Amino acid sequence: MKNRYSIFSLIKNAFSYHENWEKAWKDPTPKKEYDAVIVGGGGHGLATAYYLAKKHNMKNIAVVEKGWIGGGNTGRNTTIIRSNYLWDASAGLYNHALKIWEGLSQELNYNVMFSQRGVMNLAHNLQDVRDLKRRTHANRLNGIDAEYLNTEEVKKFCPIINTSPDIRYPVLGGTLQRRAGTARHDAVAWGYARGADEMGVDIIQNCEVKAIKRNGDSVEGLETTKGFIKTNKIGVVAAGHSSVIANMAGLKLPLESKPLQALVSEPVKPIIDTVVMSNAVHAYVSQSDKGELVIGAGTDDYISYSQKGSHDIVEGTLNAILELYPIFSRMRMLRQWGGIVDICPDASPIISKTSIKGLYFNCGWGTGGFKATPGSGDLFAHTIANDEPHELNAAFNINRFVSGDLVDEHGAAAVAH
Amino acid sequence: MFIINCPFCGEREQSEFKAGGEAHIERPRQPTELSDDEWAEYLFMRKNIKGIQFERWNHIHGCRKWFNMVRDTSNDEIKAIYKMGEKPPVK
Repeated sequence: MKNRYSIFSLIKNAFSYHENWEKAWKDPTPKKEYDAVIVGGGGHGLATAYYLAKKHNMKNIAVVEKGWIGGGNTGRNTTIIRSNYLWDASAGLYNHALKIWEGLSQELNYNVMFSQRGVMNLAHNLQDVRDLKRRTHANRLNGIDAEYLNTEEVKKFCPIINTSPDIRYPVLGGTLQRRAGTARHDAVAWGYARGADEMGVDIIQNCEVKAIKRNGDSVEGLETTKGFIKTNKIGVVAAGHSSVIANMAGLKLPLESKPLQALVSEPVKPIIDTVVMSNAVHAYVSQSDKGELVIGAGTDDYISYSQKGSHDIVEGTLNAILELYPIFSRMRMLRQWGGIVDICPDASPIISKTSIKGLYFNCGWGTGGFKATPGSGDLFAHTIANDEPHELNAAFNINRFVSGDLVDEHGAAAVAH
Repeated sequence: MFIINCPFCGEREQSEFKAGGEAHIERPRQPTELSDDEWAEYLFMRKNIKGIQFERWNHIHGCRKWFNMVRDTSNDEIKAIYKMGEKPPVK
């Protein structure tokens, strides 16, 4: 049993200059055999392991990660959490996650700094207005809080937005989900890792999967850089590298991996206390607790695993930011980076069994997976443990690309997800 | 960002081009005879290779012509460019 984090443990450790904190997770060498192995130690993978141990009593499991935990897209996203998706299946999925977010810090005894500061989506043309109003109604029918704001209300909610009718893409209105917000992305990975480790899950870092061993139509184990690991259940949560793992098993997925860029500014005093997204001009911005503006840009249109991305994407985003927020005109940007996102043709994820027995995929989250982390882990754990999907992820099976029963969220999320 | 040598216009910035995805996916010759699985394979399933990939590009802000490219997707290095209809280079 780990020592619980509290104000008292903080004071106690202050006396030893915070040098004697217990390690949040061990650094084990892999065992020869596990009941299940999760490939990918990002938020989704660690959450999957956590819920497998907690809700399905599978303790002899491991998470293998080729780098360090949370070093991929978990640490590269812009930390936005919301659930205002258009279709019923997506609304169920993302709202399930949002409900877990609301109690996650308490459950994990780890402060994930979940902040329900609201997410506002702007409309810049008449079609945007129609789409966002439709989405607001659809959300309300699904029990998701949603409000439509006119231009004055947008200005009142976030006064630094330029609502002049003279700009190139004037703000005609917007939607607001007040329960939405942000969380500290690293803390999510660390909190789940600590929780999973406490229940006996082996978290194995610097362990890259090299091959998947099959026996006919079922899996037998994984060849890794730390040797062979025997298991008959493999859950792959490898984000941008999902296709690479799938190829090892002789599978093809309906995915394309592309760089998605983000950037942060120098830290400044509090200036924006919400998250504002704009699909039409493709810019979204929030402010971190350190004071940096966190800005999300778009994906490049070519397949790449290079974690770089093109300059013109950043330029386009900053053009839009400057027009919407003239106050930021002299801000300097500190860092820019790219993450590799795996995009499905319908912009919805895959949480599914495959044609190979014991091989499960949780992928295709594209540009918007962070918000779903707890729900994704919970539902994927259910799918792995029972070899059957939960009702909330049944629609997100891989066979939808054969049946044609797609969950087309391009309309709801446009490019900014 | 990288420079692309358009086979019709010469070297231009990548932002002038539109990526068209995986190349050499053959359109079904007998569409009426395809099963749902075969349609899914043709429409949606992609190799999405990390490494040497064959793909299509369009010089959309230039001559607007399509051509093929061999590119290493792990570092965006272009290995070869050839016109539509030409045989892909073998290495």
